Amino acid sequence: MKSSLMLHTITRIVAFIILSFSVFLFFAGHNNPGGGFIGGLMTAAGLLLLYVSFDLKTIKRVIPFNYTTMIATGMLLAIGTGVVSMFLGDAYLTQYFDYFQLPILGETELTTALPFDLGIYLVVVGVALLSILTIAEDDA
Amino acid sequence: MLELSLTIALIIMALSILVCFIRVVKGPTMSDRVVALDTVGITLIGIIGIVMIIQNTLAYADVILVIAILAFIGSVALAKFIEGGVVFDRDHN
Repeated sequence: MKSSLMLHTITRIVAFIILSFSVFLFFAGHNNPGGGFIGGLMTAAGLLLLYVSFDLKTIKRVIPFNYTTMIATGMLLAIGTGVVSMFLGDAYLTQYFDYFQLPILGETELTTALPFDLGIYLVVVGVALLSILTIAEDDA
Repeated sequence: MLELSLTIALIIMALSILVCFIRVVKGPTMSDRVVALDTVGITLIGIIGIVMIIQNTLAYADVILVIAILAFIGSVALAKFIEGGVVFDRDHN
């Protein structure tokens, strides 16, 4: 494959824009359109752009994620959020929220829906990239 | 007045998507179809922007960015498939 300088240069800039946009979508999900699912898909798209632009071996060295572990971690996080509320005497997956004074952000509402969403995010990223990369590495 | 001009712009954009669709259907080579599909994506962004003005909302701003990103990644992947036959390189060189 010929080296494509233009694609590499664009990827180096655009991948960061896509990844930060996915983080924005993830955190905006509580009050605006967005959330764990579309945020995870956008992260997968950003990483996919890296995989398309460079090659599998390089990106595997740069971001050594084990996507199988990532799926398991996400599921454990989502289930753990529900189980915690069981230990506190409420029904499974009861949400708690409170207002905190954070150093830079000021008064912020923190909910236990955020770790649950983070679990969904990790599962979506893991499933999307694992299925795509498994197909890509398959020798036809 | 604004309503009328927005409607006219929507109609023109719908016609341009129709023209792109004709190119997708009968384009002689694969590259014609890829470029036409990319143009459909970009025109769709314009349509969503005008719909946002008509409905007086900001709710679709994320949709515009998502469509732009997906159109870009899809075009890059298809271009790579046309050029080399594989989308993902196994190894450098």
